[in-house]
Amino acid sequence: MARKISMRQAINEALDQEMTRDPTVIVMGEDIVGGMGGEGEKDAWGGALGVTKGLYAKHGDRLMDTPLSESAYIGAAVGAAACGMRPVAELMFIDFMGVCFDEIFNQAAKFRYMFGGKAQTPVVIRTMVGGGFRAAAQHSQMLTPLFTHIPGLKVVCPSNAYDAKGLLIQSIRDNDPVIFCEHKNLYGIESDVPQESYAIPFGEANVVREGKHVTIVTYGMMVHRAMDAAAQLAKDKVECEVIDLRTLSPIDWDTVLDSVENTGRLVCVDEAHPRCSIASDVSAKVSQEAFKSLKSAIQMVTAPHTPVPFSSALEDIYLPSAEKIAAAARKTMAN
Amino acid sequence: MSDKRIIPIVMPKWGLSMAEGKLASWLMKDGDKVKVGDQILEVETDKIAGAVEASEAGTLRRRIGQEDTIYPIKTLIGVLADDDVPDADIEAFVGAYVVPAAEEGEEEAGPRYEFIDTGTGRLRYTKRGSSDNAVILIHGFGGDLDNWLFNADALAEGATVYTLDLPGHGQSTKTVADPTVGGLAKAVTGFMDAVKVDKAHLVGHSLGGAVAMEIARTAKGRVKSLTLICSAGLGPDINMGYIDGFIGASSRRDLKPALENLFADSSLVSRQMVDDLLKYKRLDGVGDALTALKNGVFPNGKQAAVLADALKSSGVPTLVIWGAEDKIVPAAHAKAAAGAKVEIIDGAGHMVQMEQAGKVNGLIKALAGG
Repeated sequence: MARKISMRQAINEALDQEMTRDPTVIVMGEDIVGGMGGEGEKDAWGGALGVTKGLYAKHGDRLMDTPLSESAYIGAAVGAAACGMRPVAELMFIDFMGVCFDEIFNQAAKFRYMFGGKAQTPVVIRTMVGGGFRAAAQHSQMLTPLFTHIPGLKVVCPSNAYDAKGLLIQSIRDNDPVIFCEHKNLYGIESDVPQESYAIPFGEANVVREGKHVTIVTYGMMVHRAMDAAAQLAKDKVECEVIDLRTLSPIDWDTVLDSVENTGRLVCVDEAHPRCSIASDVSAKVSQEAFKSLKSAIQMVTAPHTPVPFSSALEDIYLPSAEKIAAAARKTMAN
Repeated sequence: MSDKRIIPIVMPKWGLSMAEGKLASWLMKDGDKVKVGDQILEVETDKIAGAVEASEAGTLRRRIGQEDTIYPIKTLIGVLADDDVPDADIEAFVGAYVVPAAEEGEEEAGPRYEFIDTGTGRLRYTKRGSSDNAVILIHGFGGDLDNWLFNADALAEGATVYTLDLPGHGQSTKTVADPTVGGLAKAVTGFMDAVKVDKAHLVGHSLGGAVAMEIARTAKGRVKSLTLICSAGLGPDINMGYIDGFIGASSRRDLKPALENLFADSSLVSRQMVDDLLKYKRLDGVGDALTALKNGVFPNGKQAAVLADALKSSGVPTLVIWGAEDKIVPAAHAKAAAGAKVEIIDGAGHMVQMEQAGKVNGLIKALAGG
């Protein structure tokens, strides 16, 4: 049965249910249990924001606190995956991925290809993404495009609790490496989530609002801002279709193209920097495949090409807002 | 008091989650004479569109709600009254109208989903009304208790109405130990035992109709009457393209065209309806349950249980209702129900109880006293 739980609880439940179902699922990361030397449940931190809290009491040593060395434990997780385990490694902030790019880009993403399909690497790397948390330039980035650029990686970024549970379960069951991006400002938001296990297939965008005038394509926290913008625009009889991509690799081009063929107008919203972003990727694809459907120039609403500011006043201006999204949609309606 | 003859028309509540609805269009105008069951206006929710029907006769005196506008449930959107009620009284009624508050212990007015453990596992159900006269609504393959969104409340005016999710469906257990019509019939009689209903009017849609007939065959003493809606069990034919399409679809793009087969008006398949069914189909165990049922109920692409002869010999009063445009089970199967009252309804497909709810409700009430 469904009940309202937060995205934090939904992720915890997905890990719990998959660990119960499949003994090869293990969880590792910095402070995901209780910090080194902790005494199990009573000392559990459950990760920096408490997502894995309580799992150690149920699953014991299948959760492992790791040293503060991302390259070592991400490498260990990739190796364990190649040897038959299904590790879920938590790499606290996506901003820290740089120290283990070789393990991710050159090893995990390449095994299936370089061993002629005989190797698989069912590893999930859970990581926090995004701004608005007053966490400054090194803990606030939306680096999803770096990972969508690499063939062999799957990239997931849920916008709500229901999707988070189903996509994490799919990530764990998937036989390829998955970068699972959790927006730190969405952990508290609640939605109806079934108690039972379920998997949401990759490459299946969610049309969160139907409309005939403008298509807004986005993912993660920006889905909520796009929905706010759509509600504002509805008062002026502008009907937006809002598409939540859910997975960025693979990406559901069919749903995007179908929608633009109906509306003829597109706004791409991305919390990442503008260049080589998900927004620019979607813009390029639609220009190539649906040019004749377009009634006006594609608009992009993204963060600027600067680091995320620490000043809260500046960070608020930095992130795409509902007002900026609505303005971009109006711009597509102007001609 | 003249206000006794003033009947409010309010935004209806269809299903447990509905909080508001859009008045899509008025189907009648001020001054029109309204008979019971007439469609007065159309409402759209995020789940489905449907018509609001008159529960009493009168003249449509005031259209208050604006078209294309969203109203919370129970909001006054129109007034029905006799011709001799003065305009001033209508004005006073409208001015004084207060949206009724939810009753004590009642969440947003309406029944709650309940769960009960039976011999075949945990089943979800709803119960409406409080009468000795029980009516049980049994959905079809791939359906759930919300298939009766437009029926359960209307029938509960004169009966206790139960809706349930069959094993493998909705939020009931996903384990289907015996995936046949006989196995599902045992699940329903087990449910009747659990909720302490000895005898009931059974209303079955599609596969649920075959299940109801099987109960009449094996446990006749527990069946007061049968209403078979676009029912399985009356002939061999079944649209396997739909069954396979429904089981196989894992995306909105695949599922939507399959669901459009269910309705005469395919625009009734809303984004939310597709989304809700995808959420159900993604649950662990559902794919296996549906495949097992398909193999048990429709082996080799034909219905395994044809119960028309047993229906005749049971002697149970039977009503057969069919949507003339049913693309899943052919309406011609209705002929096999010898001795039954048969109603073929135009402008409706397989989900006739949703598309022409008022007519279907009226027919069931006449038989089951609901």
